[in-house]
Amino acid sequence: MTTPATTTAHTHSDVDTHDHTAADTTVDGTRTAALALGDDALVLSHRLGEWIGHAPVLEEEVALANIALDLLGQARILLSMAGDEDELAYLREERAFRNVQLVEQPNGDFAHTIARQLYFSTYQHLLYAQLAAGTGPFAGLAAKAVKEVAYHRDHAEQWTLRLGDGTDVSHERMQRACTALWRFTGEMFHPVNGLDLDRAGLESAWLESVREVLGRAGLTVPEGPRTGAWSAGAGREGLHTEPFGPMLAEMQHLHRSHPGASW
Amino acid sequence: MVTTTTALEAELLEIAGSVPDPELPVLTLHELGVVRAVRLHGTDTVEVELTPTYTGCPAVEAMSLDIERTLHEHGMREVTVRTVLTPAWSTDDITAEGRRKLREFGIAPPRAVREHGPVPLALGPTRALHAAEASEAEPLHCPHCGSADTELLSRFSSTACKALRRCLSCREPFDHFKEL
Repeated sequence: MTTPATTTAHTHSDVDTHDHTAADTTVDGTRTAALALGDDALVLSHRLGEWIGHAPVLEEEVALANIALDLLGQARILLSMAGDEDELAYLREERAFRNVQLVEQPNGDFAHTIARQLYFSTYQHLLYAQLAAGTGPFAGLAAKAVKEVAYHRDHAEQWTLRLGDGTDVSHERMQRACTALWRFTGEMFHPVNGLDLDRAGLESAWLESVREVLGRAGLTVPEGPRTGAWSAGAGREGLHTEPFGPMLAEMQHLHRSHPGASW
Repeated sequence: MVTTTTALEAELLEIAGSVPDPELPVLTLHELGVVRAVRLHGTDTVEVELTPTYTGCPAVEAMSLDIERTLHEHGMREVTVRTVLTPAWSTDDITAEGRRKLREFGIAPPRAVREHGPVPLALGPTRALHAAEASEAEPLHCPHCGSADTELLSRFSSTACKALRRCLSCREPFDHFKEL
């Protein structure tokens, strides 16, 4: 996504994802799903970008920026399936965003960022693998992005092992981060209109994978609820947590201050 | 729609493919494997199918502009570059000549992608685990001295498509075009 908006002859609205629209996938359903998945990618991309200039080591800064760039690429294609990418990213109010609350959570310390990455990339990898195996409108993007997200997941896993099985301080911080974000993880498995998924299979595979990594890292799988009254999860309905507003203000400020400007 | 490639289309495909990659100018877009097809409509209107290496690759726009300019110079009045995602690009699409040039340029070329996607990377939480895992993967050779004794410094490097490694024999750091 360029800031401010630019128009070229080959924007991503031209992207051909070789759709084979399934019979039960309506145009509205596809748009709703594209917005949900696109907002997940966009918001997490922005959060990861906030590490630039602040990461603990240079290599890590470059890694997080690269992951953010992959996510931004996905967001551009997904949001273009839902409308105009720049308008959607820069001109919507908070209540119109459909991302899960997990991705908007602040970076916190490095352990919080890694816990968020572990939870989200494990989900996204399984999700894209399912979508890539199908024939729906997201199959083309998913088949491409699943290969990139495999690296994101691997990156999160290796850091989880290092921090969990590291010093007393890194272990304690990683445990605290995993526990703090746990209540946001149920929302990723809520139904999304327009996505034809085996959600139960997705969730059980996610739990198995995350439990396995946490176990190897010497971390305790959090016991708090992932669903019900004490869990979080209304991002898909447009209800967001307090840190999201300031993040959006920063993300949209330039575009809103200089409408129509170009480099 | 029945399409057959004409001699002119083949020539235009070759011209589009000869454009150098904006970030790795030693490689052409053909050697990188990203120019998929060229279709001629009428006598001077042409449509080019380009596939990105990574979904978020920022070089796609520069590649499109370079292709447009080059084809304009070859007499095409109207050039449209369309981004296609399917089938997804893989590092297996880099030609043998492309791999040779990468190595010469100091970048370790990607190994063949296995059936199940990216090759697992070998940086473990401890050096002992790293050594154990590395022994299972196909060795990666240092582009400078050829040694197979190299280690991963970061799975993400100067661009999304590369990982940063270090040779333990000649001690030089180098980029590795990682498998995708």
